[in-house]
Amino acid sequence: MNKATDTQQLAYIAGQAADARVNLEIETEGMTLNIGPQHPATHGTLRIIVKLDGEQVIAAEPMMGYMHRGYEKLTEVRTYPQVTALINRIDWLGSFANEVPFIQAAENLMEVEAPPRAQWIRTALFEMSRIANVVLFLGDMGVQLGAVTPVFFAFRDREFILNQIEAVTGGRFHPNFNRIGGLKDDLPKGWIEETRGVLGRIQNFCDEIETLVAGNEIFQARTRGIGIIPADVGLAYGLSGANIRSSGVDWDIRRDGGIGLVHNELDWKVWTHPDGDSYARFWVRLQEVRESCIMIEQILDGIPAGPVMAKVPRIIKVPAGESYVETENPLGVMGYYIVSQGDLTPFRVKIRSASFNNVSITPWLLKGVYVPDVVSILASLYFILGDIDR
Amino acid sequence: MTLILAEMAYWQETSIRLLVGLAAVLLPAGTLVYLFLFKMMSFMQSRLGPMEAGPYGSMQLLAEVGKFLQKEDIIPRSADRLIFKLAPFVVLISTFLLVLVIPAGPDLWFIDVDTGIFLALAVSSISVIGILMAGWASASKYSLMGALRATGQLIAYELPLVLAVVGVVIQAGTLNVQNIVMAQATGEIFGYGGIGNPFIFTQFVGFAIFLIAVQAELTQPPFDMPVAESELVTGYLTEYSGLRFLMFFIGEFATAGIFSALAATLFLGGWYVPGLDPTDGLFNVIGPAVLFAKMLLVAFLIFWFRFTYPRFREDQLQKLAWKVLIPLSLINIVITGVLKVVF
Repeated sequence: MNKATDTQQLAYIAGQAADARVNLEIETEGMTLNIGPQHPATHGTLRIIVKLDGEQVIAAEPMMGYMHRGYEKLTEVRTYPQVTALINRIDWLGSFANEVPFIQAAENLMEVEAPPRAQWIRTALFEMSRIANVVLFLGDMGVQLGAVTPVFFAFRDREFILNQIEAVTGGRFHPNFNRIGGLKDDLPKGWIEETRGVLGRIQNFCDEIETLVAGNEIFQARTRGIGIIPADVGLAYGLSGANIRSSGVDWDIRRDGGIGLVHNELDWKVWTHPDGDSYARFWVRLQEVRESCIMIEQILDGIPAGPVMAKVPRIIKVPAGESYVETENPLGVMGYYIVSQGDLTPFRVKIRSASFNNVSITPWLLKGVYVPDVVSILASLYFILGDIDR
Repeated sequence: MTLILAEMAYWQETSIRLLVGLAAVLLPAGTLVYLFLFKMMSFMQSRLGPMEAGPYGSMQLLAEVGKFLQKEDIIPRSADRLIFKLAPFVVLISTFLLVLVIPAGPDLWFIDVDTGIFLALAVSSISVIGILMAGWASASKYSLMGALRATGQLIAYELPLVLAVVGVVIQAGTLNVQNIVMAQATGEIFGYGGIGNPFIFTQFVGFAIFLIAVQAELTQPPFDMPVAESELVTGYLTEYSGLRFLMFFIGEFATAGIFSALAATLFLGGWYVPGLDPTDGLFNVIGPAVLFAKMLLVAFLIFWFRFTYPRFREDQLQKLAWKVLIPLSLINIVITGVLKVVF
């Protein structure tokens, strides 16, 4: 190391130290800790720059964009049926749910409607992708807090749901099964009976997690009263999904939106929690997995007979116009705004993904918490990197 | 051992002591890693664990050691090289010193000091220095935070560890570990001497506190703040690789084994099994096996907690030590003292 870079480096360090001097009473120096982009707690490549005074966070800033894949632009050079293969990869754990709002927006523009059977199957798979997604969260929350065992249970039982999704669509993670005007195929033989057994397993898993994780004293000590989001702050930051429902806001597009899917014909409940802390977010998601199981069971009983595909032209040209559809995806509200000029490809697609908004609250939320709580709060907000950066 | 060694030359005696010492440290460590970390953890998590290397994966340990030996030895550029290299040895030294005081039979021990248990608890805190050295010398923020957490934690939990042992010492009336075992072997429960008097019956509070404190001393979940892999990557181990990491790893599991053996000695009667005369020479043969079995029993508890619980936050951990465990162990000492005088 030569002398010039040495002085440069010293100046840089001094500057950083001066910048980070936070506690003026006892003249301690803070430090800037760079969590990520490669870090066990960031589920991928989220980067959070936190300024610390000891173990306490003074300021936190999430840096996004390490996983930007340009999907909005890429859709402009894909035909409508090809787009679903792309947007599968936005929230990769619940990929079927990604396709649904896009397909519905395109259906709105084309003024076709999927036949009832297709809509019922769509709803079933929509809820199954929610289970596949959130089950992993329930296990992962344990890992982030130091308990390694729950996540293995989660991976074990998620596999059964993925098998059922694969049996219908042919893909575990990226089904690419929705078509404009319906679905690619009908259900395979014997699928309904098998699925009932799987739902029982998932219910057992929920009971297991409730006693193993949610009932644990240390887990409660680490999550209760930590990372409290008041309802008005959450709404101001645009939180959605379980994150806002656990702050006591009773808002669920599956019930209130009434678009396309058949949730309104089922008997289910929107769970909310008044506390708004990490524990509430965990608890609400746990209840939502159970509620999804109840929904799917009703769907299995009530699937109407009939075709799964409406009459659509072989070459899909979407008429000129604009359409926005949003659905209650596993991570929160996801919407697609499609502008069409009557071509084979969309003119412009704007994707509203839930995690981007959910993570945007972190600078507000992480102020003043301790480093261990940074991890538990991030885990409880439950984001997926693909859903942040797209 | 002392009897056999008495007739040997100094160099023979020393080399035998070295070999036995190595075995006493590495054998429990290897057993714990294979039996609990590989197999029990896997079964608890509904998977099989290593199955390919040897029957039921029993040779996996060799594969792991081979893997670590092959890895590149990385030292960060701005690290304090000497301290960085020294730190794993300091941690291991504390482990090796700990094993000295534990007797494995009426005539089997490394050293017989009258303040044996005091010595054990004193040398067990040397590892803190090694950890602090590792964290400071790594020149990494994660390492530094891990090391500072470890220091705070180990100092806080050293106290309940010592105080939990005080109850045993009062009851046995000696600090000598061999005599503590003898006191348990020859003791009586309300006049019935059939199973001796393992101190776990009278010192069950002390046993619980001792186990909790050991868990914290080992920095295992729920007290693994210093290595908290989801927050600090791996804390003070972050910058270590290859052989040096392996030494920390061996140190951790060997210390787990030795602390378990210590708990077995203090609370479960050590190498003694009921029904036999404790001065019988037979115990020089079966004593190590008995102690080993009891050690596995205690280690099973430690690792069971390890695989089940999430971790505390640093302030909650300190509160538990200072507000719950230390007052509780003080009360335990008072009650033990009163009962000792009464009976």
